[in-house]
Amino acid sequence: MDTILGIDLPTWWFLLIGALISGYGILDGFDLGAGAVHLFFRKEESRRIALNAIGPVWDGNEVWLVIGAGALFAAFPLVYGTILSVLYLPFILFLVAIIFRAISIEFRGKEDMKWWRKLWDVSFCASSIVISLLLGLILGNLIQGLPLNANHEFVGRLRDFFNPYALLVAVTVLALFMMHGSMYLIMKTEDRIFTRLTIIANNTSKFFILCFVATSMATLIYVPHMTAIFKQHPALFGIAIAAVLIVLNIRRSIEKRQYQRGFISSSITTALLLILFAMGLYPNLVLSNVDPRGHISIYEAASSDASLRTMLLFAVIGMPLVATYTVFMFWTFRGKVKIEDHSY
Amino acid sequence: MDNVELLSRIQFAFTIAFHYIYPPLSIGLGVCLVVMEGLYLKTKNKLYEELTRFWVRIFALIFGIGVATGIVMEFEFGTNWATYSRYVGDIFGSALAAEGIFAFALESAFLGILLFGWNKVSPRVHFMATVLVALGSIFSALWIVVANSWQQTPSGYRIEGQGMKARAIVTDFWAMVFNPSSVERYSHVLIGALLAGSFLVLSVSAWYILKKQHVGHAQAAFKIALWVAAVSALGQLVTGHKSAEVVTKYQPAKLAAMEGHFEKSAPADMYLMGWVNAKEQKTMGLKIPGGLSFLVHQDFNQPIPGLNSIKPENRPTAVNFVFQTYHLMVAIGMTLIALTLFSLYLLYRKKLFETRWLMSVFVFAVLLPQIANQVGWYTAEVGRQPWVVYGLLRTSNALSQAVKAEHVLASLILFTFIYVMLFALFLYLLNKKIQHGPDVDTEQEETSSRMNPVLS
Repeated sequence: MDTILGIDLPTWWFLLIGALISGYGILDGFDLGAGAVHLFFRKEESRRIALNAIGPVWDGNEVWLVIGAGALFAAFPLVYGTILSVLYLPFILFLVAIIFRAISIEFRGKEDMKWWRKLWDVSFCASSIVISLLLGLILGNLIQGLPLNANHEFVGRLRDFFNPYALLVAVTVLALFMMHGSMYLIMKTEDRIFTRLTIIANNTSKFFILCFVATSMATLIYVPHMTAIFKQHPALFGIAIAAVLIVLNIRRSIEKRQYQRGFISSSITTALLLILFAMGLYPNLVLSNVDPRGHISIYEAASSDASLRTMLLFAVIGMPLVATYTVFMFWTFRGKVKIEDHSY
Repeated sequence: MDNVELLSRIQFAFTIAFHYIYPPLSIGLGVCLVVMEGLYLKTKNKLYEELTRFWVRIFALIFGIGVATGIVMEFEFGTNWATYSRYVGDIFGSALAAEGIFAFALESAFLGILLFGWNKVSPRVHFMATVLVALGSIFSALWIVVANSWQQTPSGYRIEGQGMKARAIVTDFWAMVFNPSSVERYSHVLIGALLAGSFLVLSVSAWYILKKQHVGHAQAAFKIALWVAAVSALGQLVTGHKSAEVVTKYQPAKLAAMEGHFEKSAPADMYLMGWVNAKEQKTMGLKIPGGLSFLVHQDFNQPIPGLNSIKPENRPTAVNFVFQTYHLMVAIGMTLIALTLFSLYLLYRKKLFETRWLMSVFVFAVLLPQIANQVGWYTAEVGRQPWVVYGLLRTSNALSQAVKAEHVLASLILFTFIYVMLFALFLYLLNKKIQHGPDVDTEQEETSSRMNPVLS
């Protein structure tokens, strides 16, 4: 098998897709979170500022989802088809919520009527919450494994997806994004909405820590295969400890009113939680919870070496470009939000 | 055809047809925006800046819906067509991933600057952002059409595995990208997009001219768009012909369906319009005898393989549908050429904007490229049936095994409901922006503090 720097191609793609999904979680995570706390702002002015804090960047953030999904399709087509078709309804609802969210942002400012704006405010907030919950629900199910038989065929029922563990992960992801988003908004705002956000960030971070502890316990007890890696490689336990320390640092930053640090910490938290998930999976991408032969490994699912190699070249050229656009975009819109005539 | 297949096909056709309204508009409009803003930078004429700002707002509306409905398409390959995804992931997936990384990222990042960067970056950087967004949308179409063209005329691959486990593997990446129909189909689609965008500008401008509102802006925009449209309409004649040649060579069944040609091997007629009775294998209508033979072989008597030369199970079923959509596309293409050339002549005679009936025609002509793009797409996709990958994978074998009919039905109802609502809102807001018109800067000093009631 082809290797680059001693790492085989499917593993490179496992890492790359992990990086893309982490990028998506960090970037879209804060604008989803900003949406999820949107209705906590009462004043029209505050809502406009909050919306315009993410206005120029949310579309660019969503690019990471599109690239991540495209990369999964290209590198591991079997996994792409299996995950999306097995989790058909959650994904369809996710798409519906994505559409609603996009048009809420776009349409809200187009009319002056109070009911119009209220309608799109509610739609924006609700769709942001629903997207976060569904991402968590999908993640929760992937952690537990899908009901796949030895031929990777789906043998479960729809309602199995709405189990307590998956719902717990869903709420945890929502809490993470709300905390993450409120800290982003704090960095972009001043005055009244800033003060309001400090309270929101304080509460959402407490809520997240509660969820974090609960999910960690539940994972240890009910999903032992996710922690098996620590028994084989105790050194990796350091990553779990790092995650705990970073999470504590979020609280510390908020108490010390160092919101930028808090935001960076919650970004790292998002990445670390996904790394822990990836470590539990590797070398599989999809686990079966009914038959170990149903697991789908990266080697079984991978596209041809030629294709993986070509696309890796694309990634090497393309990812620095994408990163440059992202940085340029955030740099252009740095600083506190000012409402102008072309704002939302 | 079982229910899952039927419903999944309806869902895919519906969601892609709806999506396909918007990207062509944003591609065409993007090019018009580059011209407008370029003219502003060159002439420093405020009029062009106001024009650019006005059309950027409409662009944003169209782009937003295009992105939201486009994400649906990407995921639908996995949700509804999992077997297809596995079969073509090596190829189609890489084209899709390339689209994301090389095109979509470019458009989306610079769209923020295009929309909100007016006071944040210099006019030059803003213009650069406009150019990059337009380029991004053009590249985006490139990769999508490449992926689709591979399904029409596969090349640069080999098949590995058997039955449901079979999959296509790239053997030659560039042969896959430049498969026999990529260039012809891409140029055809791209020009179709230029027509869609420029005719939107023409329609809105013509309406202002008729209403005697914003006449200066409208005439300037009309001239820009008319040139884009006229060159595109003529160009479409060339790419259309080239595309037909490719179909003739690589997809004989589709060509036969396009002209309702049944005989196993006989000279084929070219219909201007007509009706196909597929059951009795009869095509009636206004025709040039041997016309298709002449176009293909430059000889009226050369035989062309008809549908009967193809195994029944490999023939497209909806022959009359393919025939009608194809002929409608061609008829519209011809109309657009006549319309734009005649208008250019009147522009040269300095009578264009006084010819009120022609302005009224342009107001409604916005629908023509849209219809042509849609029916052209149906011709290409329905004409390819029963194959999803021509000659390799049947549509009926491409489905997700895990999905049940009732789930697809539920999602189809959901999408229908949302898209109908979305379309109504789109028309309402588009109309509102058009009614409002460009903001004209009468009091220069108020510019920065002015609050625009529509945008605020």
